[in-house]
Amino acid sequence: MYGQELGATQRDGIEAGTEELEAAFQARIDNNERIEPKDWMPEHYRKTLIRMMGQHAHSEIVGQLPEGNWITRAPTLERKQILLAKVQDEAGHGLYLYSAAETLGVTRDDLTEQLLSGKMKYSSIFNYPTLNWADIGAVGWLVDGAAIMNQVPLQRTSYGPYSRAMIRICKEESFHQRQGFDIMRKMANGTPEQREMAQDALNRFWYPSLMMFGPSDKESVHSDQSMKWRIKINTNDELRQKFVDQTVPQAEFLGLSVPDDKLAWNEEKGGYDFSEPDWNEFFQVIKGNGPCNEERIEARRKAWDDGAWFRDALTAHAEKQAQRRGEGVLQAAE
Amino acid sequence: MPSLPDMNATDVVDMARRAAEHQAPRDHHIHNEDLKPALFEWLCRMGDSSLILGHRVSEWCGHSPVLEEDIALANIALDLIGHTQMWLGLAGEVEGKGRDADALAYRRDAADFRNFLLVEKQNGDIGSTLMRQFLFDAWHIERLRGLKGSSSERVAEIATKAFKEVSYHVDRSADLVIRLGDGTDESHRRMQKALDSHWTYANEMFTDDGLDEAVAEAGIAMRPSGLKPAWDALVDEVLAEATLTRPQNDFARRGGKTGERHTEHLGHILAEMQFLQRAYPDASW
Ligand SMILES: [Fe+2]
Ligand SMILES: [Fe+2]
Ligand SMILES: [Fe+2]
Repeated sequence: MYGQELGATQRDGIEAGTEELEAAFQARIDNNERIEPKDWMPEHYRKTLIRMMGQHAHSEIVGQLPEGNWITRAPTLERKQILLAKVQDEAGHGLYLYSAAETLGVTRDDLTEQLLSGKMKYSSIFNYPTLNWADIGAVGWLVDGAAIMNQVPLQRTSYGPYSRAMIRICKEESFHQRQGFDIMRKMANGTPEQREMAQDALNRFWYPSLMMFGPSDKESVHSDQSMKWRIKINTNDELRQKFVDQTVPQAEFLGLSVPDDKLAWNEEKGGYDFSEPDWNEFFQVIKGNGPCNEERIEARRKAWDDGAWFRDALTAHAEKQAQRRGEGVLQAAE
Repeated sequence: MPSLPDMNATDVVDMARRAAEHQAPRDHHIHNEDLKPALFEWLCRMGDSSLILGHRVSEWCGHSPVLEEDIALANIALDLIGHTQMWLGLAGEVEGKGRDADALAYRRDAADFRNFLLVEKQNGDIGSTLMRQFLFDAWHIERLRGLKGSSSERVAEIATKAFKEVSYHVDRSADLVIRLGDGTDESHRRMQKALDSHWTYANEMFTDDGLDEAVAEAGIAMRPSGLKPAWDALVDEVLAEATLTRPQNDFARRGGKTGERHTEHLGHILAEMQFLQRAYPDASW
């Protein structure tokens, strides 16, 4: 989903004697081959992927929270079911992605600890609050819409497990976007109060959604290597442009206005001109100063800490069972 | 994990819609004027317990101890809300006053709710939630097993659909009660405490009253007390394996399924659940 490339490490030193291996590795990628877990890969490729996939998985997990915020208040039984199914999907996405990351030699628990300690990030978008019911529409429409924009190309990414996870996930994402748009349509065509909520939601989610593609290409330092390795397919600005071009007509269809005075069709480039988001705000949100950073991490930490006895008990039970089976085998042998 | 429902292809939603749209002429119970008040209220009992438990379970979304639990709990909540659609949809149809499942779920106040007290209880820790779930599931599966043979075909149809999902619920909650009961000292202590706390609430599920009598006479549903032996057998088996001690108290808290005295929690649940429908009564969503 979330190609923001937050907190990238600098390139590790190239180990001596690996040039040939690296050249062969690059040739495979250039030849459109998939890299599989047992294949040789540069350490930096492995680390970059762990960071990307871990960050993506964390985003799915933390992403449950802003939408979960409205499950108990969903306005009809059917909306409640749809939202439950959607949030359940996001948890499932987290699960596929953690499993895919585990093929690179990290554990889900390691990654979780790094999320909770702040060493690993998740998409900035989930640090924004969901304040009215139309926000649930806006999240599906814009946030899942932006995620699809990022993820569709990643189905062709060079790392096999990541690519396959993306293929599974993309199948579900279009349902997410449709249900969000459907809520928006209902709200935009509803009572004056509902319309107001819809516009308010668009106003608040527009720029944070644009931020989901990461900083402008001019400032994104590590895109080149990632693109060479085909773990990034398009540049941030390309995707952002595509997203704006796709979304503006949808907003018009809804009769809502995009909160950007500078928004205008540019015939020459065949796309919209639009205002950049406030990148200072973006970096502040990444640093921890977004509207909900503390609540989100606190919620995840509480879930993790409060659940420790539960996880320990399951492990203890499994050990007891194994031991009992062992004793059973011994007794049978006697 | 059962497959995730598609937005438009959820057969639960479909069934509820079908139930609301066409009245199956074959089911004479639906049109029996004498039975109507009792049947309506009995259907609300079924639907309300599913609704309120579904609400409680859904509170865990994103907050459970492991990702697998987040997924499983969301799935169970989803099933329960699906059952609610069907039971309350049929209740509205029987009542014949133009109220659909949403109107019943979102526009009644606490005194009109007919759910068990057990399902209103706060979640507590995950062990308490799972113990509540198991005690309910063990009742639910027996209830539905009987209803599959109901003389009301509409009731039987819903029960048949729900039975498959609840079989999965009870397998899962029983398994977790066993693993947590027979886990660490701490988990054992927590599970015993949860069991003790839920016990007299659970007993409400087997109380009979005049309404149950009327519905039983019509051949629609067994008396609740009739479900007890099978429930006892399953609960005893699971508690034994979980190394937990069955409380020796037959006292049943009452007031949930009759609506006479709910807990203080229900009002808060409804305040949250019904907020949008109450604040914007003219809106459609
Ligand atoms: Fe997702
Ligand atoms: Fe999604
Ligand atoms: Fe299901």
